[in-house]
Amino acid sequence: MKDLVPLIFEESVPGRRASDLHEGAASVTHAMELLGSSLCRDDIAGFPEVSEPQAVRHFLRLSQLNFGQAVNFYPLGSCTMKYNPLINDEAAALPGFASLHPHTPPELAQGALELMERLEDALAEITGMDAASLHPAAGAQGELAGLLIVREWQRKRGGQRSKVIIPDTSHGTNPASCTLAGFETIVAKTGPRGYLEVGEIRGLLDDQVAAMMVTNPNTMGIFEAEIREIAAALHERGALLYVDGANLNALLGVAKPGDMGADIVHLNLHKTFSTPHGGGGPGAGPIAVKRELEPFLPAPRIVRRDDRFDFDYDRPDSIGALRAFYGNFGMLVRAYTYVLALGGDGLEAVGKLAILNANYVRKRLATNFPAASDETPMHECVLTHDLERRVKVSTLDIAKRLLDFGMHPPTIYFPLVVHGALMVEPTETESRETIDRFVEVMEQIYREAIDDPEKLKTAPHTTPVGRVDEASAARKPILRWTPSK
Amino acid sequence: MRFVPHTDGDIATMLATIGVERLDDLIAHIPAELREQARIKLDRGRDEAAVAAAMSALAAKNQGAGFISFLGGSYYRHYIPAAVRAITARAEFATSYTPYQPEASQGTTQAIFEFQTLITQLTGLEVANASMYDGASAAAEAVLMARRVLPKRHVVALSRALWADYRSTIHTYLSAQPELELVEVPFDLATGATDLSTLQKLANDKLLCMVTGYPNAFGIIEPLGQFAALAHQAGGLAIAVTAEAISLGILKSPGELGADIAVGEGQSFGIAPQFGGPGVGFMAARMAQVRLMPGRLVGASHDSRGNRAFTLTLSTREQHIRREKATSNICTNHSLNALAATIYLTVMGRQGLRETAALNVELAHEAAATLAKARVLPRFTGPFFNEFVVTVPDAQRAIAEGSKRGVIPGIALKRDYPELSDSLLISVTELNQREEFPRLRDVLASAKGRD
Repeated sequence: MKDLVPLIFEESVPGRRASDLHEGAASVTHAMELLGSSLCRDDIAGFPEVSEPQAVRHFLRLSQLNFGQAVNFYPLGSCTMKYNPLINDEAAALPGFASLHPHTPPELAQGALELMERLEDALAEITGMDAASLHPAAGAQGELAGLLIVREWQRKRGGQRSKVIIPDTSHGTNPASCTLAGFETIVAKTGPRGYLEVGEIRGLLDDQVAAMMVTNPNTMGIFEAEIREIAAALHERGALLYVDGANLNALLGVAKPGDMGADIVHLNLHKTFSTPHGGGGPGAGPIAVKRELEPFLPAPRIVRRDDRFDFDYDRPDSIGALRAFYGNFGMLVRAYTYVLALGGDGLEAVGKLAILNANYVRKRLATNFPAASDETPMHECVLTHDLERRVKVSTLDIAKRLLDFGMHPPTIYFPLVVHGALMVEPTETESRETIDRFVEVMEQIYREAIDDPEKLKTAPHTTPVGRVDEASAARKPILRWTPSK
Repeated sequence: MRFVPHTDGDIATMLATIGVERLDDLIAHIPAELREQARIKLDRGRDEAAVAAAMSALAAKNQGAGFISFLGGSYYRHYIPAAVRAITARAEFATSYTPYQPEASQGTTQAIFEFQTLITQLTGLEVANASMYDGASAAAEAVLMARRVLPKRHVVALSRALWADYRSTIHTYLSAQPELELVEVPFDLATGATDLSTLQKLANDKLLCMVTGYPNAFGIIEPLGQFAALAHQAGGLAIAVTAEAISLGILKSPGELGADIAVGEGQSFGIAPQFGGPGVGFMAARMAQVRLMPGRLVGASHDSRGNRAFTLTLSTREQHIRREKATSNICTNHSLNALAATIYLTVMGRQGLRETAALNVELAHEAAATLAKARVLPRFTGPFFNEFVVTVPDAQRAIAEGSKRGVIPGIALKRDYPELSDSLLISVTELNQREEFPRLRDVLASAKGRD
């Protein structure tokens, strides 16, 4: 078996090092005497031993094996892979932000507190809500925070309710968060036009329903046309509306969740607010609520007293903390930088241009990759194809073949309600030419599938590795390197 | 707008292709009342120079970032090698998504595999996941995992000598699991370690797990081996929580001492403090329980051409497959910071990490000795790594006094521990110079002197 890049452990040679001994440093032996040797280990067996040039080359070679949004078209649906402005990273690296310790006395960290207060206000304005908390580390943690707020609010009103309604198109995090928050989930069926109908929701409502979680636009890329009626139906029965803001990008300048009747919204700053996805985080998942729910937000809260900012820990109704400290501040700096750069006018333009790009790609691919819904899509569209039926070429095969053209595939097989789905989200930062090129490639792949299906089934051909055997990885899990004997 | 490419011509061409006249036609199906209220009332956008100036002005208001600092308390100041920032800034790493397409993500997947390996080597356990959000949420997830291992047990013995944020996070995560009973275990007022006799009383057939810091919130190196032995005698699990991960370079690993699950915060590994986040949580456990773990895992496999290749695996535990039956709701984790930690640990290496840990031990003990000479005495007798508690009559005043002199002397423990209202937590790392110790002494002595 060939190795593309050896593991760092395989490159190690005993005695090599990429860090020099600190000047004036203690010997390890002396430190062990100070602690008592019974508390100490003798070695870190297997740890890397390489020089600095070797270390740098190793990781740079690894970087070259990756696709990234800045390098490749990356139309991954529901992930909002928009351009991440480089000024964001430069701002976050300013020593006044990066080196600031979380236990710094507030009077010596006024800039950080001011930034967070301004970002909270901006997010509340953008979502049409009354108050925001920047505390949660990611969207899924924002969901948990929101659902625990639902729980506490219901409890305070004297009734513990046991169920949350989620649509059949929801992201997996929604039901998983419900379980963690102690709720049973009931599933609402999406209507024939690709959105929820209020009649379906009324039929599911009873006195045990605490809330409903709705992603709007939904994962079909369709606006939930009856959202206000759904909110009214929920409120009538004492239940809350939770809007999952995963797809907020479509709504900028178009509609605000608060006006739809949302009581709680979470946002993914690594989607709509351009912080990098990082190969799977770190992101940030602020939540915004209506006034009545503000007391339940995670503690502490940022408060302004005259011109001085401070933390308020005295929050008796708060759901508590979900992580250490006040949020993924480094990500908040980036998001705030983005908000400043775009301003209200720039943010308003985002939604419509994202919608334009999605409608354009949908229209241009309509012949061979027809949309799963006839409704006008928002920022993303879910496409289908007949290649499985015609030539036994799967959606996965199409996705792998796209890699050969230097394009990351769309999200595939999601939402679950569409067979063989391809969910395409170009985002507003992609040009017409890039989308045109994607369309050409998709059409070429369609023709190839008919003429030479093997080419797709054995794809990708030009990537650093060929198709990876995921099944055997799960059957016999090898999850770490161990020295060969 | 500089981040979007659309010219008026592009928009016209695209609208014509779609078959509508105006951009607003694409959102005509949205209720008019919603559209009419959609204005975003914020200042207008700014050019890059103006944005940079505004951000610099805000950053300059954080004077504390430039002070001589002895702050720790679950987040630590350490030197970050240049390689860490340069490599994590690579767009191929920074702007990629979760590696669902392994053929386009071998950089990320291999780096995570290396991260998992490094964490198992440090913790002395068999399997580590691809990262958690932070140490606190990792600790909460560890308790939930313990419950999946031992579904019939319900008592969680939670050390009070665990950071307040961590305890609060565990309470929050467990607030919807009323069948679990959280019992706070006090600490020994003399040693600063978790009270063994209370743990002994809890060591019975109801015990699900014991959760202790290693080192704990006072910097004390807990007798983890004794706790683990007690937990195991009762048939429960031992969970070790490490916030100062540099300590694992010299301390016996949690696994060697018997911990069943080791979690913690990896921020010390090449990640700047950033006012508290993002860092990177880690979690390690035994292979027999891998299917009960939360979070992503990368495994080694091979490709169609016979190359070794890495891929996300055992996903049937996860929310995107298992939905309401998933082991956790975690989706996005802290991957880029796991990469930072991987680069950091590679650069430090087998010798360097031990030497850095040793230097932290030595400097902290020297600082403590300098203070002791001025009658600023340690609060606890237990062994400590790079952090210790001293008794000062008014810790808040010491901090105020320090602010005048450009020194942040430590953390007043009063808010989190009312019983330690006269105590200050001092952290010393390799970033502290020996010349700073007399300045720290003078700050504390001056606050003491004016009783």
